[in-house]
Amino acid sequence: MIEIRDVHKWFGKLHVLKGISLDVHKGEVLSVIGASGSGKSTLLYCINRLEPIQSGSVRVDGVDVYDRKTNVNHLRRNLGMVFQQWNSFPHLTAVQNVMLAPRRVLKKSRSEAREIAVRQLEHVGLGDKLNNYPSALSGGQQQRLAIARALAMEPSYMLFDEATSSLDPELVGEVLDTMRLLAEEGMTMICVTHEMGFARDVSDKVAFFHEGTIEELSPPQEIFNNPQSEHTRKFLANVR
Amino acid sequence: MSFDYNFHWRPVFKSLPDLIWAGMTTLQVAALSMLIGIVLGLLLALVRMHGHGSYRWVATTWIELARNTPALFQLFFFGFGLGAFGIHLAPFYIVLCGLSFNNAGYLAENFRGGLQSVPHTQVRAARSLGMGIVRTYVSIVVPQVLRIVYHPMTNQMVWAVLMSSLGMLVGFRELSGETQFFASRTFRIFEYFAVTAVLYYIIVKIILGASRLLAWRLFRY
Amino acid sequence: MSATAPTATFFSSFSSKDLLFLGEAALNTLQISAISIGLGTLAGLIFGWLLYEGKLWATLTLAPILDIFRSVPLIIQLVLFFNFAPIIGLRLDPFQSGIIVLTIYTAALVAHVVRGGLESVGEPLHRAARSLGMTYWQDTFFVVPPIALRAVFPSWVGVALGVMKDSALVSVLGYVELLKASQILITRTQEPFIILLCAGAFYFALSFPVARYAAYLERKWAV
Repeated sequence: MIEIRDVHKWFGKLHVLKGISLDVHKGEVLSVIGASGSGKSTLLYCINRLEPIQSGSVRVDGVDVYDRKTNVNHLRRNLGMVFQQWNSFPHLTAVQNVMLAPRRVLKKSRSEAREIAVRQLEHVGLGDKLNNYPSALSGGQQQRLAIARALAMEPSYMLFDEATSSLDPELVGEVLDTMRLLAEEGMTMICVTHEMGFARDVSDKVAFFHEGTIEELSPPQEIFNNPQSEHTRKFLANVR
Repeated sequence: MSFDYNFHWRPVFKSLPDLIWAGMTTLQVAALSMLIGIVLGLLLALVRMHGHGSYRWVATTWIELARNTPALFQLFFFGFGLGAFGIHLAPFYIVLCGLSFNNAGYLAENFRGGLQSVPHTQVRAARSLGMGIVRTYVSIVVPQVLRIVYHPMTNQMVWAVLMSSLGMLVGFRELSGETQFFASRTFRIFEYFAVTAVLYYIIVKIILGASRLLAWRLFRY
Repeated sequence: MSATAPTATFFSSFSSKDLLFLGEAALNTLQISAISIGLGTLAGLIFGWLLYEGKLWATLTLAPILDIFRSVPLIIQLVLFFNFAPIIGLRLDPFQSGIIVLTIYTAALVAHVVRGGLESVGEPLHRAARSLGMTYWQDTFFVVPPIALRAVFPSWVGVALGVMKDSALVSVLGYVELLKASQILITRTQEPFIILLCAGAFYFALSFPVARYAAYLERKWAV
């Protein structure tokens, strides 16, 4: 379970997160929507401590993320992350991309790591691209590679940071399908997204971010059919 | 008097084995100075990027001096200049120090450019997988930097070979020094230096060829 | 020794006359560099353009010849030419020999840079120019230069500064430029540190600001 309590974050003088509190239970899929710059992505980076926060607390399975004594590398194994820019490692083949962390972080043997990598690549539908370098893959394939790379650590949670925003429109579908598949398999996910269809169909809860606060948090049917806040209504009217 | 020069190649060919041997010395001092230059250059680049106060000042000064004064001046400094402090280096060490100093300065700037060109998002991605900072550098950043700086490094190696010819001005018997030694004994200056020019050309081509072969093996992406 | 009373030794053995001697030598360095860089750049522009045009004979003859000058140490080129000139009946002093060799050397380096710069002007731009009804020559003289200049100029500055520093090697022919003068003075006064400091400072003062400015331009133009 991820528990976020009253988190505040500043970038210099810019107050990006203004007291965020949020719970995500095991098996839940939470979609985070809202305008660009509303702090959605920053919140994700605060869950695995890629960004420091100024006050508040984040707990993952009861472990305080910002406690000095917490081994952050240990923590991050359990939190898979997929980025907007695919960030595949260009100097490694697809299978090497996925093998790297199991080998070097989890200290698995070469054959074991390879087995995991092959399984995860097949999982995301890249079983035939094992030995391709990222430069030979499309954007959608690279993003699925990034998903496989995160899954290879066998995380309990997956964090998606606008995973489809940098993709050409015709490639968005294949990545969303992969994310859907994970959700159906029961993965706990937090998805920062601009894909309203995905948020509506797949999520258990949808959070609407507005200027550093959670303006509205409800099941998708409610937030899309009967938005309570004026800001939510305006936003949804604009993206449709 | 003008066009009746008689070329004498025989003495040159007789000393060819010595010249080739001296060519090995040239390669040796150039390669050694590259190794030292790579280590120091990486250090200088990191200190210039992340260092503070006097450390940073030392790194910046080193880099700018190496890049903005003649290589011969740098050699003279390790030759006569250190003499002012009672330090007298053997010719080999004058050349090795001079070339290493120069290589480090030029390579540092190449490394700095390489390090800056690896996107920060790559580091983030690696960290999100639970990799530590050292592991991230070793597995993700350095291999990508290596590819970017590979070509400039090859060029610097060629430069090191060409610069090592200055050894003849400080009494080091590398290829040029050896050539001068034979030339001054036989007065066949043109012939000796012509052959030496060919030898340098061959050495440079071998380096470039080997580098291309290695790159082909190394960078498959 | 100089550490205890540097100023005293400075004035005792290193006179103002010596400083004048160094100054004149510095002017020699400037002069031989300026002439060689000027002539070499002109030749390099032409060679670079020929290489870019990629005529078969240019690739087969000019390219390998220029390559030789980039693959043989300058000092060897100087000695070789200085000793070759009398063989074909040319009576040249060290200054003239130095100018000729440095000019060819500069030309070889500049040609390389210019070719790269011209190649950086993409085909679409040529097509755009020609589609506006420009002739080949109008394209070559009015469209290409401003764009190629941005790619070439910073590298050219690097080449020019390199030649300025490498001009020190003409001393091997006995020409008294700055470093040769320093060497002579060091032998006479036994004051290596101060003399080298003066010489080094001169090169640095010339090279550093120009290199910085070129780097600044490169950054500015990169956008």
